[in-house]
Order: sequence, then C-alpha cells, then structure tokens
Amino acid sequence: MKLQKATYFALYAVLELAADPARQLSAVEIAEKYGISAHHLAKVLRVLGRAGVVDSTRGVGGGYRFAGNAKRLTLLDAIRLFEPLGNERSKSGEQPPNNAAGRALKLVLDETDEHAAATFRSITISTMLKIMAQRLASEPTKETRRPRARQDRRGSASRAGGNG
Amino acid sequence: MRQFAACAALKEKTRLKRRSKTLPAAAPEPGPRIRPAAPEDVRSIIALDEDVTGLAKPRYWQDLYERYGSTRREGRFFLVAEGEGRIEGFIIGEVRAWEFGSPPCGWIFAIQVRPKGRLKGTGTRLFEAMCGCFRRAGVEKVRTMLARDNALILSFFRSQGMMAGPFIELEMSLD
Repeated sequence: MKLQKATYFALYAVLELAADPARQLSAVEIAEKYGISAHHLAKVLRVLGRAGVVDSTRGVGGGYRFAGNAKRLTLLDAIRLFEPLGNERSKSGEQPPNNAAGRALKLVLDETDEHAAATFRSITISTMLKIMAQRLASEPTKETRRPRARQDRRGSASRAGGNG
Repeated sequence: MRQFAACAALKEKTRLKRRSKTLPAAAPEPGPRIRPAAPEDVRSIIALDEDVTGLAKPRYWQDLYERYGSTRREGRFFLVAEGEGRIEGFIIGEVRAWEFGSPPCGWIFAIQVRPKGRLKGTGTRLFEAMCGCFRRAGVEKVRTMLARDNALILSFFRSQGMMAGPFIELEMSLD
C-alpha cells in the first residue's frame, strides 16, 4: 500500500491539529515538526480547509485549527480528499489488459483494494490518536530516538510495495 | 452466576492494571449495569435486535441464550447492559481453543446497543466486561469477525484497540 505525499502531509496535519482542537498552528510550525515542505503543506491545508476539516485564520498570529469531528472523520475521508482509492483508482488509472491474465489480476487487486478501503474506513482520527498515545506509552525511548519524518526527507513518503 | 460474580469483582481491580495493554480510552460515563443475561431478558434482546436489523429472530436468540446464557458453561458468556429498567445492549462471547491451530482465545460474535442509547459508553462497558471475563478464563487474546462493509461496528472495535489479526477469511461459491 502506498499513499501520495500530499495524503501523508494531510494526515500529519489532521492528526497534529486534532490532538488539541483548541490549539492553532501555522503551516510552518507543522511542517517543521514533521520535517516536510511548508509550501506543499500550505496547499494541502487549503484543501482540508475547503473540506471543512480545518479552520484557518489569516494574518499575524493566524494558523489552522481542527474543525472536524474526530470520532466521525475516518482515514478514508481524509485520504479521498487527495487521491482515489480502490475501485475509484482503477476507474481513473491504468487497468490490467482485458484478457484472462488481466482479469484474474484485477480480481486479486480489487480484493486487496477492498481490504485497504475497509481498514481506512474503520479507523477514525480519534482512534488514530489513541493508537499514537499507546505507541508513545509503550515505546517512549524508541519514539524519542527516531528521526522525525525520515521517509519524507528522502523524498518519498511511501511504504514498501503497492501500486499507488 | 458465581463465575460472573467473581469475574465482575476482579474486573475493576484489574482494569487499571491492564489499561496499559489496551488503548487509553476515555472513561465511560456512568451508565447501565452489566450483568449476565437472564431468561426474562430474551424477549428484550429479540426486540432490540429486531429494532436494529428489522428482522425478528426469536428462535435464534432463544437458542443462543440456552447455549450461552442459561447453562453458564465454562468459557461462555452472555452479558446484558441494563439501565432504567430496560436492556440497553448485550454481548455474547466464548473461549475457543485450537480452531485453525490457534491457542485458546476469546471470540466475540454478537454485540448490540440500542440505537438511541449509543455514544454513551454502553458498548465500551459491554466490551470491557467481556474482556474481563475472557481474562478470568485465562486467555490473552480477543477476536471477532464481521462484514467488511459494517463500518459502524468495525469502527467500534477499532476504537477499543482491536487491529487486524493473523487470519484471513476465505470463501467460495458452491454453485
């Protein structure tokens, strides 16, 4: 499974802001924390703003606040703002050839896509924050030692494999 | 009854101790009392399920009660949440051993909360009570299986800390 860079940036921003909905952060502050491009993140935040996921305040001291419902907003909701998933992707992207091998391959790819979509659909931002808190509590030493946003500094925000 | 009483007495004591092994969920609001299902609950359970699914299944629920509630067989649990004189929800589970080569683990195969009573912590109370019963029965894992498109219940179990397990369910048509 592989998500696009903008999607990762959006998820970082949503999780960071949803962790404290009363807090206002600028794109630069979020970008610095995750070691990502503030310019790219600003574009991503505009999309999140149009979708009502974040509120923005302009001017000096301005920034972004989480405006969604963390118990209702799912990972799938956030991901779909930036890229198609599963069957949506196969309609717009490259498809296997219409022969026996292509059709069999499509069957298997559809199966993995459906599982991925079901997983993203079942995990809310609130649940993600719980998972993060649990991981921080169980691995405090590793977490603090890990370089932030290492993947992004390498220019790729993807995990291994996938066909995104 | 004795088995559940012992389970309930130790549940609160062990809940905080076990908290670090589960997600740090917010403490549920004061709410329904969790207790073993009784014969007089079956009618309410049938009505609650019909309210949610739109299908009355009296024989199914009566049968489940007889197998999981009335006999109180070791490792079988049928709990209800009772509040304001009515059943607000229920949960059924059992310890299964060596299915698919798995060591004994707890399986939850039914959970339901009255639609108007949701988002008040009733499901969480039922889930935690069932986990407590499984722990008393000596198992360290809890599993469940549900439809991929059942986003509501999937999200609920995810919010309790459940993640994908090591098994993959397969099927084929026998046409």
